Amino acid sequence: MRYIKQFVLILAVSFAGEVLNRIIPLPIPAGVYGIIILFLLLATKLVPLEAVEEAGRFLIEIMPLMFIPAAVGIITSWGNIKSSLFAYTTITVVSTIIVMAVSGIVTELVIKIGGHKK
Amino acid sequence: MRAFLESSVFFPVLMSVVFYLAGDLLRRRFRIGILNPLLISVTLTITVILLCDLEYSTYESGAKYLSYLLTPATVCFAIPLYKQLTVLRGNTVAILAGIISGSIVSMTCILVMSMAFGLTGSEYVTLLPKSITTAIGMGISEEMGGDPSVTAAAIIITGIFGNMIAELVLRLFRIKSPIAKGVAIGTASHAIGTTKAMEMGETEGAVSSLSIVVAGIVTVCGALVFGELM
Repeated sequence: MRYIKQFVLILAVSFAGEVLNRIIPLPIPAGVYGIIILFLLLATKLVPLEAVEEAGRFLIEIMPLMFIPAAVGIITSWGNIKSSLFAYTTITVVSTIIVMAVSGIVTELVIKIGGHKK
Repeated sequence: MRAFLESSVFFPVLMSVVFYLAGDLLRRRFRIGILNPLLISVTLTITVILLCDLEYSTYESGAKYLSYLLTPATVCFAIPLYKQLTVLRGNTVAILAGIISGSIVSMTCILVMSMAFGLTGSEYVTLLPKSITTAIGMGISEEMGGDPSVTAAAIIITGIFGNMIAELVLRLFRIKSPIAKGVAIGTASHAIGTTKAMEMGETEGAVSSLSIVVAGIVTVCGALVFGELM
């Protein structure tokens, strides 16, 4: 029953996220509401960590597989992409590298500055 | 035989997952980050679909079950987030500074390069939310007159690319603290990148999950301004 209980909890939070997504007119996905709900449940100890931990670890580990169908689905929008393929690809590749570098460097810098003050 | 495989519920899933395992095997054997199992699985699956002259909908009718648990899995990002709370608390300013600057740099980059390439305004807003999670990004794109299906493609490619190059970029720019690594990966490449951060460690994974949420919110607000610029 251990796994069933954990799974039910996670599904219930997902459903609550789905409800919020439906009620609140913002483009925020059910999963993001769900992260916030489950986090609050854990932080307030309404749900103990053990009540979701193992099922959570399993779901996170297999998560990369869940992106495969959507990624394969790119072939269906190929017609809309190919006209600007070079621009789209260059912009995507270059900006991803720059964003990763900048956000990492800024974070590390602020951590170091904060560390010196102490 | 062909008719049976086309109507099978398990065959598409089995095929893609076996390709994923093969990709993982290749990565371990050659230790090259570019040999990303997700990229290999997607490339091989697309190759099979094209070679066998299949419709995507045929593949998807079985493969869609693979994505059924995506929202519950996303919800579970709250678990590492909670477990790492003490680490996060001491570094709130650094984490927020990293995510906000990263999100603004992302939109600035896309603006400048869209101008340089002479893209139309609609193509520009299509790309604008490409670093954030799919559902929010598609919402922004639709709202601003972009093409949500192309936005989804750009978001997925950004995620896979970010997942692929994370180790290399972090090493190249000497980003060493687990917190900074998490911010970098989550801000640049949302949930698909975050699966890589989870592999690196629990702190990296937790910070990366947090970055998905914060970068999403910052981009929703930022797009209101950036959308007017071109």
